[in-house]
Amino acid sequence: MQQIGSTKGPEPEIFVPFQTTDDAYWSRQLVAVGQERDKHAFEALFRQFAPRIKGFLMRTGLSPAMAEDCMQDVMVTLWRKAHMYDPARATVTTWVFTIARNRKIDMIRKARRPEPEDLPWGPEPEPEQADALALQEDTRRLAEAVAQLPDKQRKLLERAYFGDVTHSEIAAETGLPLGTIKSRIRLAIDRLRHAMEAETRPKTPRLPQD
Amino acid sequence: MNVQHPITDDLLMGYATGGLPAAQDLIVATAVSLDDEARARLAGFDALGGALLEDAEPMPVADGALNNVLERLAASAPEDSVHADIKTARRDWVLPRPLRDAVGGDLDAVRWKSVGMGVKQCVIDSSPDGTVRLLSIPAGQAMPDHGHGGSEITLVLQGAYLDGDLRFARGDVEVASEGDEHMPVADLGEDCICLVVTDAPLRFTGLVPRIAQKFLRI
Repeated sequence: MQQIGSTKGPEPEIFVPFQTTDDAYWSRQLVAVGQERDKHAFEALFRQFAPRIKGFLMRTGLSPAMAEDCMQDVMVTLWRKAHMYDPARATVTTWVFTIARNRKIDMIRKARRPEPEDLPWGPEPEPEQADALALQEDTRRLAEAVAQLPDKQRKLLERAYFGDVTHSEIAAETGLPLGTIKSRIRLAIDRLRHAMEAETRPKTPRLPQD
Repeated sequence: MNVQHPITDDLLMGYATGGLPAAQDLIVATAVSLDDEARARLAGFDALGGALLEDAEPMPVADGALNNVLERLAASAPEDSVHADIKTARRDWVLPRPLRDAVGGDLDAVRWKSVGMGVKQCVIDSSPDGTVRLLSIPAGQAMPDHGHGGSEITLVLQGAYLDGDLRFARGDVEVASEGDEHMPVADLGEDCICLVVTDAPLRFTGLVPRIAQKFLRI
């Protein structure tokens, strides 16, 4: 595992050349939807993400019919909010996850879930490629870390995100101390968090360096 | 924004998983709006959700789903919440956007009800899951001494209060759990306005507060 922030530049990839480019590819499609209302890009995104959104929603307990309705709403929202997507702050999958999660809650509660206020600057008109790539890389590593979790821990994480159990219930049922889950998750998150902090820093006012 | 007592990870993760009660969703969304570091931590928990979505087994969508959606797009204008916010950003809001949405405006739109001793409250939402309210406490005045039958999450929006040795100001979050006895005192300067979520009635320890509790219903 690499040290945080040791290298951000492109590295030669030998065995898995596709994953990072996938994220970068979908991110370009979504930016194209946001900036140019590109219908072809939208259709490509639909084919890629609609079945995954539906599968995810069904995993969380929605009936196939509800999951279908919710998924279609999510795709419409994706179109309407695409211009607010910032590839330096979330991968497409992460962004889609947040929309699907919120939409599902809206449907169940029949009320709009409160969401944090948008950052005042919004996405930059010309997103920094390097920022976006670094975030995609960090997110990919986070996903790898999740995939490599011991089975038991991974199941707990899935139950937290897919089920409606509380975190303390998880701890009680398995006898696993909550701190252990949390510290593991945080180890994985920390890397992403440092990347995020590096992202926001240049955007806050500061004195010129030279 | 210099947040000294940031919102805790369990609340952020709860928000990311979608597992929080509605009342807590509001306080998390509001706290995150005031704290970019918390926003970054939430983004991390969201990324975890993204990783799990990626792993979920894809399910075939309904016939005609794409056409359905494309038809709806034709009638759908892009949402302009960012731009709307930029237009209004000149104003210094006291209430962050999620709270303005819940209240129907900024502080001047809050329909306060006096509960005695200069303390005012406005219940935003109340359900078996919990109650979410705005509280306004005059500068320098103590909140009634109270313990809780459940948890209490407090987010400061204006002014500050002191609780023991700790000072909580705008953007700070304090979580008090069952059984904690504490006596927050609004700091001098300006009235302290907080968003408070309780998931069980507060038990005040004095007699006068016990009466106040009837009116406060906290």
